Order: sequence, then C-alpha cells, then structure tokens
Amino acid sequence: MDKNSFEVKVGLAEMLKGGVIMDVTTPEQAKIAEEAGAVAVMALERIPADIRAHGGIARMSSPKVIKAIQDTVSIPVMAKCRIGHFAEAQILEALKVDFIDESEVLTPADEENHIWKHDFKVPFVCGCRDLGEALRRIGEGAALIRTKGEAGSGNIVEAVRHMRRVQSEIRKLSVLKDDELMAAAKQLGAPFEIVRQVAKTGKLPVPNFAAGGVATPADASLMMQLGAETVFVGSGIFKSADPAVRAKAIVLATTYYNDPQKLAEVSSELGKAMPGIDIASIPEEERLAKRGW
Amino acid sequence: MIDSKIKIGVLGIQGAFAKHISMLKNIGIQAEEVKYHEQIDQFDGLIIPGGESTTMSKFFDEMKIRSKLIAFEKPIFGTCAGAILLSGGVADPRVNSLNLVPIDADRNAYGRQTDSFIADINLEFDPKPFRAIFIRAPKLSNPAPEVKILGTFKDDIVLVCYRNILLSTFHPELTDDSRIHRYFLEHLVAESYA
Repeated sequence: MDKNSFEVKVGLAEMLKGGVIMDVTTPEQAKIAEEAGAVAVMALERIPADIRAHGGIARMSSPKVIKAIQDTVSIPVMAKCRIGHFAEAQILEALKVDFIDESEVLTPADEENHIWKHDFKVPFVCGCRDLGEALRRIGEGAALIRTKGEAGSGNIVEAVRHMRRVQSEIRKLSVLKDDELMAAAKQLGAPFEIVRQVAKTGKLPVPNFAAGGVATPADASLMMQLGAETVFVGSGIFKSADPAVRAKAIVLATTYYNDPQKLAEVSSELGKAMPGIDIASIPEEERLAKRGW
Repeated sequence: MIDSKIKIGVLGIQGAFAKHISMLKNIGIQAEEVKYHEQIDQFDGLIIPGGESTTMSKFFDEMKIRSKLIAFEKPIFGTCAGAILLSGGVADPRVNSLNLVPIDADRNAYGRQTDSFIADINLEFDPKPFRAIFIRAPKLSNPAPEVKILGTFKDDIVLVCYRNILLSTFHPELTDDSRIHRYFLEHLVAESYA
C-alpha cells in the first residue's frame, strides 16, 4: 500500500476540479460554505482582506481554529503555511489537513527557499505569476498550482494577468523544437524535464486553479474561460453583504461558466459585493503577489 | 467488441469528469459531459464521477436532474462520490443520495487525505489485480443478496454490480488501466444497447 505517491496527491486536486474552494474563519462560515456547495474550505484565522487591513506578521492559523472547522464539515479542509516555513507545514500535516497552501498571503518565513514539498504526505498548492514560477513549485513537489492574483483586493486584474501569462507561455513552449527547449528552460528558470513535459503535452502536469481577487460569479466565469479548472474565493464571499447567496451563486457560476444565460440568472439577486481596491493604490511593498519567486 | 456508436454521458457538475471522458474516448466510444437534465435521455449509459458528494447532491436538485437520474433505466457507473450518490444507505444527512443500490456507503471511511492510498485489489472477473487509487474513499457495507461483489481490497468491498449499476470506491479514471470501464461497457452497456 502506497500513501506517499504523487498520484494520490494530484488525485485529490482532480476531485476538486470544476468546484469552488472558499476561505473561512469560523465553523459557522465553514457550514455556510459547505451548504452552498463548496468542494473544500481554506481554514484561516483572518481572511486576506483583514490581513491586509490589520498588518503585522501573518502566520499559520491556530490549530484550534483548524480543528473546529474540521469537526464541522465533511468536505476537504485546507490551511495555509508561510512560504518556506516547513515546521508550520509539519504541524498542519500532523493536524491532517487535506491540502497545504504555501501562501504569499502570509508573511514569508524564507526569502530564498520554498518548502521541499516531496517530503510530505499531504499535498501542497502554490501560487504563481508565470509559467517559470509554476514549474519551479511543481519541481519542489506542488500537486496543484493556482494564480497568485492579488489576495484580499476584490480585484480580478492580477489573477487574469497571471492566468493569461501561464497559458500563453505554455502555448509558446508547445511549438518549440527539441533543441530549443533547454534555452527555454534557462529563460523560464524552470526544471528542464518539466519544461519538456509541458512542451509535449501542452498543459501543466498538475491541475491549474484561479485565486486572488475573485468577488463575483462573473469573475469566476472569466477565470474558468481563461483556463482555470477551479476557483478559490477568499475575501469575496464573507466580505460581501449576503455571503450564503453569493457563495451559492459563485458555485453555480463555476459549473455553468460558459452559459451566459445561467450566469445572468445567478447574478441577479446578489446584494453588494466586497468594495475592492485599485491595484495601483496598493504600494509596491504591500503587494502580496510579489512574495515568493 | 464495444460498439463505437455507444454514447456515454458523464455528469459534469464538478470532479474528475474530464478524466472519465478521456478514458472512454481512448477506448473508442463517444462521451460527453452532462450539465443539463435535457441532455440525459440521449445517452446509452451514464457515469457519476468522483468529486464531492455534498456538492453534487445539491446540484441534483438545482439542475432538476434528480428525477431524471432515478428514472434513467440504462446502465450507470458511479466512482467514489458517484458510488455514494447511488447507494441506498448514506447515514450522512448532508448527502441526499439517489438510493438506487441496496448497499450502505460510509463517506471518507479511511480518513482524511493523508490516509488516501494506492493498492492492488482483487477482481472477480480477472485474475490480474487492479492497481486502484483511493482518495478520501468511502466504504461499502451491508449489500443486499442481489448485489454482486466484483472487487475487494482486504476485507473491504470496493467494486459491486447491482442490476445495471456499477459502483467503485476507487478511481479507475485516474489510471491507464481501462479494465473497469471496459467491464461497464461490455457487460452492462452493451447488453442494454443491443
């Protein structure tokens, strides 16, 4: 019996496809998420919009919060650790979370190295802004890739930028000849064998999800149409006027992402979205997407 | 031989539906994702894939698909969450199953993701074991006498057939081994198709 295989890790990511993963901070919110049809929840002490507002060092959530949420819902429970903080990851594994997000939303613990994720039984998801970053994380053992977007902003522009960049870089790779791939790997700063695999198959070797700034059903549809296979929603739900209604609408929008009639229907009785922030107004040093490399 | 005109619908609410579709296309038959109740009648068989049974069970009502699935007389194959959704005895009130197979299903019975695993299972119809991937898998128990047990892992029932419905607690669509899908097509679908 094999429990540590990469196939088992990617297998769970496959099961989440076409669904919505929601950030929650309490068992009550987790219940709302599950009832709305979320395929997983991300257990947090503070959602990204509040981390952004409050400042200070953002760390792994307390095990108490995570356990309370695990006890409440039957869907997978994910949790975040700081970039490079493998001890936090070990604790999350001991808590039996179903997925660890090595996340730029928390304050990085290591400015050079990310976690060597192959050492863990629990699968990891990591953020990226481009293909090179995605493939470096996969090289370290990530079983799932997501866009970084700009978490807690309620603004989809960065997630769109990151998803488009990854997709167009994959397309470019897929037309290269064998003798051009080493130079491409050098330019991407990515492991050669994975670059070769992507060039051959025309897709990432792990699922590719969207995150960072999704606030409306239309945002979810946009990301799915751009090639995302699932959508993470952070602050967008519980910072809105009516979280239960919005959560359900985003779930429906993710399944029926290419059906404008249905999208119009689910978007009609939503209440107010989270306010959102113009990216240009966020000082460079406060942009979460810039954390990690 | 499997007739290439056979057309299977794979429920596309969420989960591993695309993997099932590519498995079926590799075998050489037609397969399509199903998102609307109006689509269902055109298929010779259906697959309910793995994913989250809570999410899918909500969509059954949202899509107005529940009664269509219950009335669908042709073969159905449910993997993992799909198997839970077809079972009669699901104790968890969060899942409202279709209740088409007289067997109990216990969700996430092996534990959380760190307890997910790959193991060889024994098949009743083939001496060669099947390398099966179990992801937060359910356990099946208390089958009615008419339920045929087709696959076991240790003492656990992992593959069963009841009339023209097949249930597996593992994920054959995540492997390159098409034997389980072929069993479904050759023994269940071909029979009703002919």
